[in-house]
Amino acid sequence: MSKIGTTEIERIAKLARIGLSHEETAKMSVEIGNILEFVEQLQSVDVSDTAPTDQVTGLQDVWREDVVQPSMPREQILANVPEQKDGYIVVKRVLNG
Amino acid sequence: MVDLKRPLAELAAGVRSGKLSAVELTQASLDRIEATTEYHTVLELNPHALEQARAIDARVKKGENLPLAGLPFAAKDNYLTAGTHTTASSHILEPFRAPYVSPVVQRLLDAGAVMVAKANLDAFAHGTSTENSDFGPSKNPYDPTRVPGGSSGGSAAAVSLGQVAFAIGSDTGGSIRQPAALCGVVGLKPTYGLSPRTGVVAMASSTDVMGPLTNSVEDASLVLDVMAGPHPSDATTIERDTGSYHVQSGSLKGLKIGLIKEYLGEGLDPGSKQHLLGVIPQLEAAGAVIEEVSVPATKLALAAYYVLVPAEVSSNLARYDGIRFGHSSPTATNLEETFRLSREEGFGAEAKRRIMIGTYVLSSGYYDAYYKRAQKVRTKLIAEFEAAFKKYDLLLGPTSPSPAFPIGSKSQDPIALYLEDVMTVAVNLVGIPAISIPLAKVRDLPVGLQLMAPQRAERQLLAAAHAAEAVIGDWSAR
Repeated sequence: MSKIGTTEIERIAKLARIGLSHEETAKMSVEIGNILEFVEQLQSVDVSDTAPTDQVTGLQDVWREDVVQPSMPREQILANVPEQKDGYIVVKRVLNG
Repeated sequence: MVDLKRPLAELAAGVRSGKLSAVELTQASLDRIEATTEYHTVLELNPHALEQARAIDARVKKGENLPLAGLPFAAKDNYLTAGTHTTASSHILEPFRAPYVSPVVQRLLDAGAVMVAKANLDAFAHGTSTENSDFGPSKNPYDPTRVPGGSSGGSAAAVSLGQVAFAIGSDTGGSIRQPAALCGVVGLKPTYGLSPRTGVVAMASSTDVMGPLTNSVEDASLVLDVMAGPHPSDATTIERDTGSYHVQSGSLKGLKIGLIKEYLGEGLDPGSKQHLLGVIPQLEAAGAVIEEVSVPATKLALAAYYVLVPAEVSSNLARYDGIRFGHSSPTATNLEETFRLSREEGFGAEAKRRIMIGTYVLSSGYYDAYYKRAQKVRTKLIAEFEAAFKKYDLLLGPTSPSPAFPIGSKSQDPIALYLEDVMTVAVNLVGIPAISIPLAKVRDLPVGLQLMAPQRAERQLLAAAHAAEAVIGDWSAR
């Protein structure tokens, strides 16, 4: 019995905006179940007095001068856009009409 | 033909003095890559390499003193570069052309190096074998039926094969050190933040670090000296040493070294263990004081890693939305489908798996049990390493559990592949530097020795590794 069923996999896939085939969903249920079982060992440690790590090198308040820097040319950015019109990025309709 | 396995300092000096030229070295690299294409180390050649080599020769002629003059190198294909694609070995980035060059690559080019190729990797650097590359695995130079390790497997194999003078990779959980060990080369993972992450396709931003793969410790130190240093575009970069990282000699005399006990357990191949324990008396004879030390939380490091890293992966890969760059599904009819189908079609199995795990451990109701708890275990791990470094100058262990495994032998079992990193991930979670140097051959395949140092102690680490390398001598005969 996997730790994570296919309904849960479908819920997570929806959160992650990622399409999965039925076959992938079934496989994920087993594989992710196994991985969750593997990381279960973390539950055995007493961390009641331990603070979570935020970062490791101890840097604090990294400042820089607030000066305007040239930005990347617009054409260069738009060169990678899959679909564009008149210098704007084209997206598919948000609502099905 | 020039042997690209010669010391980098010697090759660069040859170019500076006019005895060699950047064009000659670059041509030698291109020829060698051509003659050994069956190892599939390279995803794309830089079409402008020779042109850039000519420009280097012109700069040398003008009297510019270039530390890496004319040295041909391969960049792992997660570095943003000009004139080539940057795919991170993923279909979703196949159409992508980088709009800028990563600062690390730019520093190497400014120092006179010539980028000849983009090296294969596990897609998005997710893996330990390059089998997760959407464009097919690379092959181990010592046995082409086996993996070169990963995720910087193409970089490691390219250096091992003498295709390039050096290569650069990225190390999130062992992705420089493990392939270096499996291919019989040196791999250096610097302190977190010592080299800028900007312009390298992000995997896990709290552990990603850029480093070199080379034929020797001195070579690694020379390349690090160029790569290292803060950059305004990456606020997590740290100050570098004011002196050079280039290490030409080293000593083990008086160094206290802790041998991590937890890495010598049943997961370690008996042949690897025998060689590791065999070299200890020799390191001691060279002046090191070596004792076993226990760092118990290392046993939990992999579990913590496989919560924290997928969490960061799922966040970092959220940017692949089919809208601004990368693959966009031609069949999508609305915005939601653009996201869902572009990601379904563009991501491979391992990227999907990690996005799913990460989304799960960060989702409402599970965050405390998984993500927050893993960050607390990480705190314990950091404290244990700090305690160990109060007693020892350096820590020592194997780099990987075993030598290279056959291609396909573990690909049905994600956890078996994750276990390849069991001896490397702690270093990343703690943010310290570590280096893998070739130790010996086990069943005719290379294995590595790993040295670890406190944060920002690269010079001490490199000097000790230089001395250890001399003690080991001809590793391939061991």
